[in-house]
Amino acid sequence: MKPIQPIKKRWYHYLWIWSVFYFAMGFFNIIFAWLGLISFFLPFVFAIGFGTKDFCNKYCDRGQLLRVIGGQTGFSTGKLMPSWLRSSWFRYGFLTFFMSMFGQMLYTTYLVSAGAKELSEAVTLFWSIRVPWEWAYTAGSVEPWQAQFAFGLYSLMLTSAIIGILLMLLFKPRSWCAVCPMGTMTQMICKVRNNNE
Amino acid sequence: MGNVKRRHAAVERGVCVACGSCEDVCPRGVVKVMKGSYAAVDISLCIGCGRCEMVCPAGAVTMEVAE
Repeated sequence: MKPIQPIKKRWYHYLWIWSVFYFAMGFFNIIFAWLGLISFFLPFVFAIGFGTKDFCNKYCDRGQLLRVIGGQTGFSTGKLMPSWLRSSWFRYGFLTFFMSMFGQMLYTTYLVSAGAKELSEAVTLFWSIRVPWEWAYTAGSVEPWQAQFAFGLYSLMLTSAIIGILLMLLFKPRSWCAVCPMGTMTQMICKVRNNNE
Repeated sequence: MGNVKRRHAAVERGVCVACGSCEDVCPRGVVKVMKGSYAAVDISLCIGCGRCEMVCPAGAVTMEVAE
């Protein structure tokens, strides 16, 4: 698509650097994956605390990354996603699926902490493809459950980033935002908080 | 004299995901995300450039003609 730049360049337009930093650091040391919790909690802080989606609108590193690669450099086709991908049932269905997978990741962390399961030093892409990632963890550096949570969170972040990039390449730059579970949840919170306006 | 027709953006609230893509690219600053729920356009100031429609990932922005 024809590159479209923001009208005024703001500091938060450079937050895509955080995404690159996050995935790079997690490649070398998986414990950095815990920093991904910032992207989980901040949207709720804005939605619950201020009743806005300012995180999505401005400060989301994922959104800025997709905007830069797809919108500014023109790697996106700029096509609108098919209607079924933009539909409410898909959006809420994906949110349900995503949260179930998040719950399963927490359960696996619990099993490792309870000694019922061995630590898996691997990143799981698309919730099924196991990719060895042993080099990023030094045994004994942290508790096994802390490492398990890091591997799980990194898997979730990397999988959603890959889906976002694929959607960006095939459709409009920020197509991921139309299905993003965090965006769906925070919009629901904002609507409830602002009395369904 | 005939009526002057002008283009302006319109947002379908139920479809909008409030991502803010439109707000970011509006040259007049007339598209705003309202209370984290939907984007709204001040059509009296909109110049109908269509940038917001081009970036909207949800297909919630369309261009309409008003007299």
